Amino acid sequence: MNSAAIALNRFGIGARSADAVPADGRDWLLSQMGRFEPRPQAIAAVPPRREIVEQLADYIAQQRDGRQAKRQTQAAAMPAAAADKQSDGIPDSAKRFLRRGIRDDYLVMVGARLSSALTTNAPFVERLVHFWANHFAVSADKLPIVPMAGLLEFEAIRPHVLGKFSDMLLAVEQHPAMLIYLDQAQSIGPDSRAGQFIAARGRQKRGLNENLAREILELHTLGVRTGYTQADVTEFARALTGWTVSGLGRGPVARLLGSGPTGEFGFAELIHQPGDRMIMGRRYGQSGERQAQAILMDLAANPATAKHISTKLARHFAGDDPPPAMVDRLTQAYLRSGGDLPVVYRALIDSPEAWAPQPLKFKTPWEWSVSALRALNQTEIEPEVAGALMNQLGQPTWKPGSPAGFDDIAASWAAPEALVRRVEVAQRIADRTGSAVDPRALAEKILPGSLGEPTRTAIARAESPAEGLALLLVSPEFVRR
Amino acid sequence: MFSRRFFLAAGGTTAGFAALGLPRMAIARANTSRRFVFIIQRGAADGLAIVAPTGDPAFQGVRGAFAEDLRGGAKLGSFFTLHPALAETAKLYGTKQALFVHAVASPYRDRSHFDGQNVLETGGSAAYRVKDGWMNRLLGLLPQGEAKALALSSTVPMALRGPHEVSSYAPSALPSASDDLLARVGNLYESDQQLHGLWMAAMETRMTAGDLAAGAGQNGAATGALAAKLLAGENGARIAMIETGGWDTHSGQRGRLNAQLRGLDQLVSSLKTGLGADWANTLVVVATEFGRTVAPNGTGGTDHGTASAAMLFGGAVAGGKVVADWPGLSANALYEGRDLKPTTDLDALIGSALSQHYGLDPARATTALFPETRGIPLREKLILS
Repeated sequence: MNSAAIALNRFGIGARSADAVPADGRDWLLSQMGRFEPRPQAIAAVPPRREIVEQLADYIAQQRDGRQAKRQTQAAAMPAAAADKQSDGIPDSAKRFLRRGIRDDYLVMVGARLSSALTTNAPFVERLVHFWANHFAVSADKLPIVPMAGLLEFEAIRPHVLGKFSDMLLAVEQHPAMLIYLDQAQSIGPDSRAGQFIAARGRQKRGLNENLAREILELHTLGVRTGYTQADVTEFARALTGWTVSGLGRGPVARLLGSGPTGEFGFAELIHQPGDRMIMGRRYGQSGERQAQAILMDLAANPATAKHISTKLARHFAGDDPPPAMVDRLTQAYLRSGGDLPVVYRALIDSPEAWAPQPLKFKTPWEWSVSALRALNQTEIEPEVAGALMNQLGQPTWKPGSPAGFDDIAASWAAPEALVRRVEVAQRIADRTGSAVDPRALAEKILPGSLGEPTRTAIARAESPAEGLALLLVSPEFVRR
Repeated sequence: MFSRRFFLAAGGTTAGFAALGLPRMAIARANTSRRFVFIIQRGAADGLAIVAPTGDPAFQGVRGAFAEDLRGGAKLGSFFTLHPALAETAKLYGTKQALFVHAVASPYRDRSHFDGQNVLETGGSAAYRVKDGWMNRLLGLLPQGEAKALALSSTVPMALRGPHEVSSYAPSALPSASDDLLARVGNLYESDQQLHGLWMAAMETRMTAGDLAAGAGQNGAATGALAAKLLAGENGARIAMIETGGWDTHSGQRGRLNAQLRGLDQLVSSLKTGLGADWANTLVVVATEFGRTVAPNGTGGTDHGTASAAMLFGGAVAGGKVVADWPGLSANALYEGRDLKPTTDLDALIGSALSQHYGLDPARATTALFPETRGIPLREKLILS
């Protein structure tokens, strides 16, 4: 790969054949930081958060009413058959309506994400958005996350991708998607007023939830096994109590909890664990919302966080086993700048390890699809098609199945069946393109100076332009970057 | 060569031709409304679980928990029991439209899916020796106008490949890549160590993947209905091949096989329904590349074995029986101490069924279809005349 091909494909998200090949790869990458659009048209058009949270609140209320109706039915000892018929008292049609709405919201956002990736003028920064969204992964397995996962990326990642890590961290941890996904919204301090009330009533079911606290330490900031203890996790969880989402619940208690506008981050004193917190030897005496905020700021400045993030960035650009010297360089840039991300990105661009001429990464299904569509200058894609495509290729968007996000190593993606899927999709894309494109010229354009003889020959000898295009899209040069 | 018109006209006067001593093949060629469907079970289906020899004294002991699954299955005489998931199939047996053949195997004696399927489909004596498929050679034995064959997949499977024209039809919204593209990708990856390894593995497993088990039999039913639509009526295809996968039950066999068989049961049943009057002239053969071990393995499944069971369905079938020269399941009766011993030659079975179905001379038909093995035709009456 020459430097233009590396800039376009390893740092960027794939060359568009309509665009000029950059004269200087490094300059081209640096200049993108000045023209990145946090809120391009496709993303500005997605349904607003308030609407989505209201829809969710309806759904949650429906579920709760349903459960209550069921309990009452069972208490009344109705015959089993009759109870079954109206299992939760809610007409199926209403449920379906809400579910469909939620599902549509998700698809619209997948379409917006892809559309933005296909049209962006700052493909390197766009790649970084995808990187951070996966670092701060939520997974649309739980129904409430289905319409919210995209919002986390659009509202908490994109505006901060060229800012400070600490700002992105705070925006993410206060985003409703994260608060719901990692169960923070329901976490109650045992000594809070609500906690004491619950204890007095003898209800043991609700209380502290450590999920978000643990994942912030393990995944978002310090990294696993970096010296924090279970006691630190619990203390952090106590500090985080009260961080919740307004307007998610209905009824008197919910109104007490969240007084802010629907769908916004809210702090509920009523469930916040009072008192000072001790975390990793440091005392946090702040009150209310500011306590957990102060902890987050310290975590962002921690050298372990700098190293954790630098390791992941180096792995993303310089290979599955990140070179230690490069990790050190990025770590220093992070610490020196106080976590100013553009400074870290510059150190990344200046790292010779990321410019090695041989391909260093096997593309994930997302990367492969985006680069294939960009190669053909496609600018938009129907949301249903985008969603189905990612499902078929085995990387459903915003659905990694765990807060650790999708893996960023070849072993997870370079699998026999996955390769066949790509060949099938390549054939479909190529059949649709037909003979409109000369794959020989296209190959030289999108993989400048990178094409091996076997691929060039295979494309030239294909029985049709469409077949040549399919071969290009699954060639060793194109499935890697 | 004879024209189609000639054969149609001759159809009414077969007795006359026979009386003149003309070869049976010529007469048979007039028999034009016959349909033949080959359903391949890719992945090695466990014949001992499908047509279970419950009357064998060793069966209960050696099969363990698997034997429980046969409770409620239809009795096929006093010795065999049909898997209960094959409920519609059992009805066909009751109306003498289903016939089972047990302890049957192709000439292949090793245990690779890829090679075993190649032998089953080419009709050779070993893998990759014969370059085209026995179904394609069958087309050469039939009158030209009637030799319309169809593969129910986007690519033409080996059994149908050869000089005679075959069309294919893929019902899926997700067409698989063309064979040509797959071959070219394989070539392209040869010089790339990582991709080459992955690709070889993919091509191996591709042969055993399938979705027969999906949707509680609905997929099977849809496939059967589609095949019937393409086969039924004057202008329908006469020969079709349906590929099914998912039979490679190394683990969790009881549940998986149950779902597989439900799918197959639905497939056959909807084929019958869809064919309507043409069902009376139809022969369906279901066969797999080899069987599975007699004893279950440590993961609730079975491993690659040797002999299995084959199934014949259709209004044309002289059914209501199980044909088997039963080798027994006692330890010393097993092939290589682990598998059901083959006592019937699958090539001979297919050759005999087809020659009876189309009224071809059995020896000549078997030689044409399986030039390397030339199995001795079965004496058994398999097809109604």
